[in-house]
Amino acid sequence: MKEKLSAILESARAELEASSDIKSLEDLRVRYLSKKGELTAILKMMGGLSAEERPAMGQLANSVRAEIEQKLSEKTEQLKKELAAQKLKAEKLDVTLPGKDIPVGRAHPLNAVLDEVKEIFLGMGFDVVDGPEVETDHYCFEALNMPKSHPARDTQDTFYINDNVVLRTQTSSVQIRTMEQRKPPIRIISPGRVYRSDAVDATHSPLFHQIEGLVIDKGITLSDLYGTLDLLMKKLYGKDTQIRLRPHHFPYTEPSAEVDLMCFNCGGKGCPMCKNEGYVELLGAGMVHPKVLEGCGIDPEVYSGFAFGIGLERITMGRYGINDMRLLYENDMRFLGQF
Amino acid sequence: MDLSLRWLNDYIDVSDIPVKELCAGLTLSGSKVEKYTTEGAEISNVVVAKILDVKPHSNSDHLVITQVDAGTGEPIQIVTGAPNIREDSIGSFVPAALDGSTLPGGVKIKKGKLRGEASNGMLCSLGELGLTLHDFPNAIEDGIFILDEKELGELVPGTDIHKAIGFDDTTIEFEITPNRPDCLAVLGLARETHATFCRPLDIKEPSFKGIGGSASDELSVEIVNKELCSRYMAAVVKNVKIEPSPLWMRQRLRASGVRPINNLVDITNYVMLEYGHPMHAFDIRYINGNSIKIRSAAEGEKITTLDGIERTLTAKNLVIADSEKPVAVAGVMGGEYSGIMDDTNTVVFEAACFNGASVRTTAKSLGMRTDASARFEKELDPRMCEPALKRACQLVEELGCGEVVTGIIDCSNGVDTQKSAPFDPEWINRFLGTDIPEAQMIEYLDRLDIKVKDGRAYAPAYRGDIEYKNDIAEEVARLYGYNNIPQTIIRGTASGELTPVQRFSRKLSQTAVSLGAYEICTFSFVSPKSFDKIALPAGSKLRKTVEITNPLGEDTSVMRTTLLPSMCEVLARNYKNGNAEAFLYEIGNEYIPNGGELPDEPARIVFGAYGDRYDFYYIKGAVERLFDVLGIDGAEYEPCTGDDDVFDEAHAFHPGRCAVILIGGKKVGIMGELHPDVLENYEIGTKAYAVKLNVPDLFDAHADRTYTPLSRFPSMARDLAVVCDDEIPVAHLEKAIAEGVGRILESVKLFDVYKGAQIESGKKSVAFSIVMRSDEATLTDEQADAAMKKALKKLGDLGAKIRE
Repeated sequence: MKEKLSAILESARAELEASSDIKSLEDLRVRYLSKKGELTAILKMMGGLSAEERPAMGQLANSVRAEIEQKLSEKTEQLKKELAAQKLKAEKLDVTLPGKDIPVGRAHPLNAVLDEVKEIFLGMGFDVVDGPEVETDHYCFEALNMPKSHPARDTQDTFYINDNVVLRTQTSSVQIRTMEQRKPPIRIISPGRVYRSDAVDATHSPLFHQIEGLVIDKGITLSDLYGTLDLLMKKLYGKDTQIRLRPHHFPYTEPSAEVDLMCFNCGGKGCPMCKNEGYVELLGAGMVHPKVLEGCGIDPEVYSGFAFGIGLERITMGRYGINDMRLLYENDMRFLGQF
Repeated sequence: MDLSLRWLNDYIDVSDIPVKELCAGLTLSGSKVEKYTTEGAEISNVVVAKILDVKPHSNSDHLVITQVDAGTGEPIQIVTGAPNIREDSIGSFVPAALDGSTLPGGVKIKKGKLRGEASNGMLCSLGELGLTLHDFPNAIEDGIFILDEKELGELVPGTDIHKAIGFDDTTIEFEITPNRPDCLAVLGLARETHATFCRPLDIKEPSFKGIGGSASDELSVEIVNKELCSRYMAAVVKNVKIEPSPLWMRQRLRASGVRPINNLVDITNYVMLEYGHPMHAFDIRYINGNSIKIRSAAEGEKITTLDGIERTLTAKNLVIADSEKPVAVAGVMGGEYSGIMDDTNTVVFEAACFNGASVRTTAKSLGMRTDASARFEKELDPRMCEPALKRACQLVEELGCGEVVTGIIDCSNGVDTQKSAPFDPEWINRFLGTDIPEAQMIEYLDRLDIKVKDGRAYAPAYRGDIEYKNDIAEEVARLYGYNNIPQTIIRGTASGELTPVQRFSRKLSQTAVSLGAYEICTFSFVSPKSFDKIALPAGSKLRKTVEITNPLGEDTSVMRTTLLPSMCEVLARNYKNGNAEAFLYEIGNEYIPNGGELPDEPARIVFGAYGDRYDFYYIKGAVERLFDVLGIDGAEYEPCTGDDDVFDEAHAFHPGRCAVILIGGKKVGIMGELHPDVLENYEIGTKAYAVKLNVPDLFDAHADRTYTPLSRFPSMARDLAVVCDDEIPVAHLEKAIAEGVGRILESVKLFDVYKGAQIESGKKSVAFSIVMRSDEATLTDEQADAAMKKALKKLGDLGAKIRE
């Protein structure tokens, strides 16, 4: 019997060694350890042993059983690990393949920049006001100190609907509407579409966008205008940005200024990008004309204020290095996808 | 305004200031320089040459061989074919382009051989130097430019040609704002230069000697319309000698962009450029009755202007008339037959002042904007007539081209035009945010000839733009330097915020982007033909538009009443450009006439898409997600019956694949596949989809989301398949289920629609996954079964039966 147990152990060891899959291990377990297995069969023969032999033989049989069980479980564990490793290996991906095409939308560059400008002004306590694009001659010109025969009208080629209705040439029309509706202190910006009879080319468009700004309060100064615009441009273009003011004339502001941005390329020295001027013209601004204030029922002896009009296309093009305004209105996905 | 730097230096010596610096200084003090150019800049290595010898060319009849002294020490041989170089030309001075020289138009001259003879350069004609007979009337057009020593002074061979003929001026181009017509003049810019650079200014009062007598003996002047003509001055010049004006005058005119004609005409142009006040010259022979009346034209009266065009006038036009007819359109242009001719003997100079608005209106209505009208329309001061007229007379005497009658005519309406404004230094500093001493301000103003007296600042006659204390503040600020003004932050507190509508619109845009759409930006005006392209019926209300009376072209001639054509165009452009797919949106205004003065401008959002990824249900999904994020519940989609009375755009869509979108029973939008005809019209070769929604309606329908507690109890799911008539919309089935299940319904999700084998024809099988949950307790099977039973009953009402 002892020999039989040893033989079983030997053959179990060898077969375990030779097994290479989970199923054959299971078969071995059944063959050796199950109720009908070989070991069980031997243990059943224990009854024929003497009482002296029985404990020793029982011990031996148990140790054989324990060893087979342990070997079996070790081998199973090992095979499972190998199997898992194989599976992981087989599941290898080419991580250099491109990712899936997840559709993502984009804001138009004009509106992306406009949103930034709005955020900056909201932070400075400005409200955002909208106004009509089809506008009366009164709001677009007359109330802005530009009567019908005023030569300054020639600088803004106007689309007419009829003698008294135009497509607004400037968002300044909203200044008047605002001053008629609100009392000082006023701090607003008014972004929107404006129209001028210019043929389309790389720098002109019959439709473009302006952002009007208006501040009216007691003690508003030209230095406030300068500081506000400087702050805006530094927030938009970075802290090294420099602007300069140049005297100009608008019928609705006095003093008036044009505001230039120092050329990023040459730092004001002059280069082909700024047409050798060192500066790029950016926007018009000024202190609201007393006649305009009076016309809106605001006493110019008590209140003063400033206004400005920024070309959104110009700052957007500067911001992204776009060299042709037409791209903004062609809306090619290849263009829009870049912002 | 083109300023001759040479001319400027006549009045203020700035010859030592580099031009770039001069321009920068003037720009920053308010006279903006657009650019500056130097005359003959393209010409190099062209010099004065003296002809030493002229010999015939043995191989040519028309060529001659010259030896010239070009100041190089050795004679230079140059072959020329010009007919005016002959033996008798020996000793003449001519321009010679030497080897390696350049001429206008990028022409390069190199030495070579002409029919076997060496030619080491080229003798130049006027044209080859970029000049004309107007510049040098004594030269000839088709021949070598023989330099006139009488006119040019002593000539030295080898002298650079620019210097020798005075073709070396610099022209500075200014952008002058409409409030400063005085700067459309050399004197005005000289004054600005003085104010900017503090250099001495040398402007003398013009005066002339005269031959005695009085112009009023030769001519009568009457201002009939005193409102539109504040002053009319006239001088008479007798025995005029018409000839070219002298070199110095021609040079200054040329650099100012004005073509020299003859001395009398040149004088009027010269004075206009110098003083900024337009002049006119009449031949007295053509002034009938020797009488000048400044009057309104008779309705329908005609005049042929200098440019040879007959013009019909109206009573709104002011004219200068003789006893019979108009001889000039006041302040705009003279009549054809009243001007200076070669045989003119007696000239009347006019220096007048006309109402700016009237001149502008007349020039505009007649379509002839002239140098004169461009100045008058900016409102000139009547006090400027006199110096201008006297300057013209002075020039006549200086040029020796006529005899000026001493007494001049001066008719005036006598209105005082002196301009002044309060001078309040404290206010100015408060207004500018500066701390400029009063004496400094007065000094600035003095530089500008603005005199301060008793708290007021008095403008010189040429400054009509000084009226408010702001105007004085501006003068102070620009000479102080705008950029020396400190930068300050607005005092006081304010809180800025978007209105609810603006916030909603921002969220709408952000949501559209998050759904994968690209934002586009299109023109607000479209072609009226675009309505045909989106297949609008002939009588569609959308064809009633706001029309532009002076559009750039038909393509941009009406304000859009629908965003759809703009979207279709962008889809088409992307398709044409080879982009495989597109999903786009735009939030924009439509312009809807409402019978009032101004149209309504409602905001709409339009989506458009094409490409493999997109189909009707993808787009519908986008709309549903959009509503979900915006807090809009209860949207319904109904098949479009063809007459979409909200937007009137149903015809643009596929009749079987178009839905009207309703919220709370109100139609707020339309969506669907674009009609094949529309796709064809836009040459889009694939299916495309569009959605349009009315933004104000969405705003009204949206609610700010609040938190709904999550139920602690488990849900219970049941699947349900029913068979019903194919015609029954799934939405109706879903509605029936919702009604039947009641409060415990969490969601109904369609998971299958099947037609075909095992299903009777004309029927369909529709399968739903239904999830139920209670907030109060775990649902029992009995409760779920009861709910399903009710749902089935409701479905049964629609004719749907459970699928066996």
